[in-house]
Amino acid sequence: MTTVSPSVEVERKTPFWKRLGRVPWTWRITIAYLTVMLFIPIAAMFLKASTEPPARFWAIATSDIALATYNVTFFTAIFAALLNGIFGTLIAWVLVRYDFPLKRLIDATVDLPFALPTSVAGLTLATVYSDNGWIGSLLAPLGIKVSFTRTGVAVAMIFISLPFIVRTVQPVLQEMEHEIEEAAWCLGASQWQTFWKVILPPLFPTILTGVALGFSRAVGEYGSTVIISSNTPFQDLIAPVLIFQRLEQYDYSGATVIGIVLLSISLVLLLAINFLQAWARRYDSR
Amino acid sequence: MTVDKPSFHSSSGSDTEIAKPKEQKSWVPIVLIGVAIAYLALVQYIPAINVFVQAFSKGVGPFLSNLTRPAFLHAAWLTLLLALISLPINTVFGLCAAWAIARHKFPGRAVVLSIIDLPFSISPVVAGLMIVLLYGRNGWFGPWLQAHDIKIIFAFPGMVLATAFVSMPFVAREVIPVLEEFGKDQEEAARTLGAKDWQIFWRITLPSIRWGLLYGLILTNARAMGEFGAVSVVSGNIADQTQSLPLFVEDAYKQYETEAAFSAAVLLALLAVVTLVLKELLERKTRIKDVE
Repeated sequence: MTTVSPSVEVERKTPFWKRLGRVPWTWRITIAYLTVMLFIPIAAMFLKASTEPPARFWAIATSDIALATYNVTFFTAIFAALLNGIFGTLIAWVLVRYDFPLKRLIDATVDLPFALPTSVAGLTLATVYSDNGWIGSLLAPLGIKVSFTRTGVAVAMIFISLPFIVRTVQPVLQEMEHEIEEAAWCLGASQWQTFWKVILPPLFPTILTGVALGFSRAVGEYGSTVIISSNTPFQDLIAPVLIFQRLEQYDYSGATVIGIVLLSISLVLLLAINFLQAWARRYDSR
Repeated sequence: MTVDKPSFHSSSGSDTEIAKPKEQKSWVPIVLIGVAIAYLALVQYIPAINVFVQAFSKGVGPFLSNLTRPAFLHAAWLTLLLALISLPINTVFGLCAAWAIARHKFPGRAVVLSIIDLPFSISPVVAGLMIVLLYGRNGWFGPWLQAHDIKIIFAFPGMVLATAFVSMPFVAREVIPVLEEFGKDQEEAARTLGAKDWQIFWRITLPSIRWGLLYGLILTNARAMGEFGAVSVVSGNIADQTQSLPLFVEDAYKQYETEAAFSAAVLLALLAVVTLVLKELLERKTRIKDVE
């Protein structure tokens, strides 16, 4: 590859504290913007939460209504992410391996939930899946109510988290070598065996990364879920909506405590996703 | 590439290659494609088509009259303004961050990358809450702002902050890989020839990252115009004052003005369509996503 240029060589030899004095202005802008927009707000939130006595913090964080919203938010999000894990992988597979009419169009529209504002998504999902909507009217005779129930929340979460899984799995699937599969075939493995024992294991960390990304988005989602849900406590009230309601009642400490719970979970998920990506890369280099 | 491919394969490397082995059952691809399309239809296509059908269900006349309501026009104007402000701010930040990260090797680089991605993983409601805790009446800067008669929460500046927050990482994220791939040889060559930093940026760096930058801008714009959660927390959602288009959609829907909601939704859906088309064009141009 390229040789190390003299300027880099010099930079490495100068001690760290001397380099700190002549930080490039690009760094200064980046750090200043991150501080104003990200670090100070996060610090404000943790400091606000720390003014609560631990016992009271715990009481708010684990109150019945809060626990019910975690239950709805996290279990529905896990369900949505796992379902998308299966179907998202299938969609990625179909897009990578098969040729069929309109494939390009279908591939491009997978990103629709990224581009469509969430309130529009909520509005149209609530209409389509309502009792007299296009799909809801078919489910209603079966006794399945979707809009304004927890199922509706799941539908909205499935909608917004699907592209994360497809777009994470797709490039990895594309780069996977056909030779290994072909070798398995030559050795007499059936299609099913090839899939389970040859294709799936190296793909698994990637699928998990996609599921974690989708889950993280589904947990935080507000726009589409608030519209399709009836926001009834203990039924389909999700945690972000509870924060919103607390704020509307000027209950800042209540909002902050639940906000901290959500924020901590997204931080943990971020770590998990980084770990999963490192794991997937390790597979890659083997 | 390996030479010793099994003889029953065409070595073209095309998608159909895999369908040739004798054990492949011909119905498998058809079933899989069918299931994939059915799932996408249930979750995405039918709801997307529904937006357009509902908006024009009573013809074009009512649709147009909905679009000329003052509340709608104001919301559309605000949405445009939000994008117009947060786009340049985040572009400057994104370019600086991308340059700083892609052009320097330092310990903890992965951590910095994750920090830049943070606004994506923070729930929009939590983002809004953080802004309220800072600039709200009881917030850190609340008393000072009140003393100087500056209103941020339940006003336009708060909406700008929320929009800028949620759309922060797109430019940096799209530009970093392009910058890394491009390398810095040409920049250093220019520097040896006596070019100034600014000249290097305009004449060498910018042209080489332009497609990645444009890609980031499109995504930033889509998110800025479409953001709902964070903006609704800080704006107070007052019609004719602090209501952006996504908030207008929800408000109209809540007040059983479904037609007005869908009329506005169609505009936002069109924005999404334009975004997708531009994305696809850029992806083909830059091969960010190598389809075949």
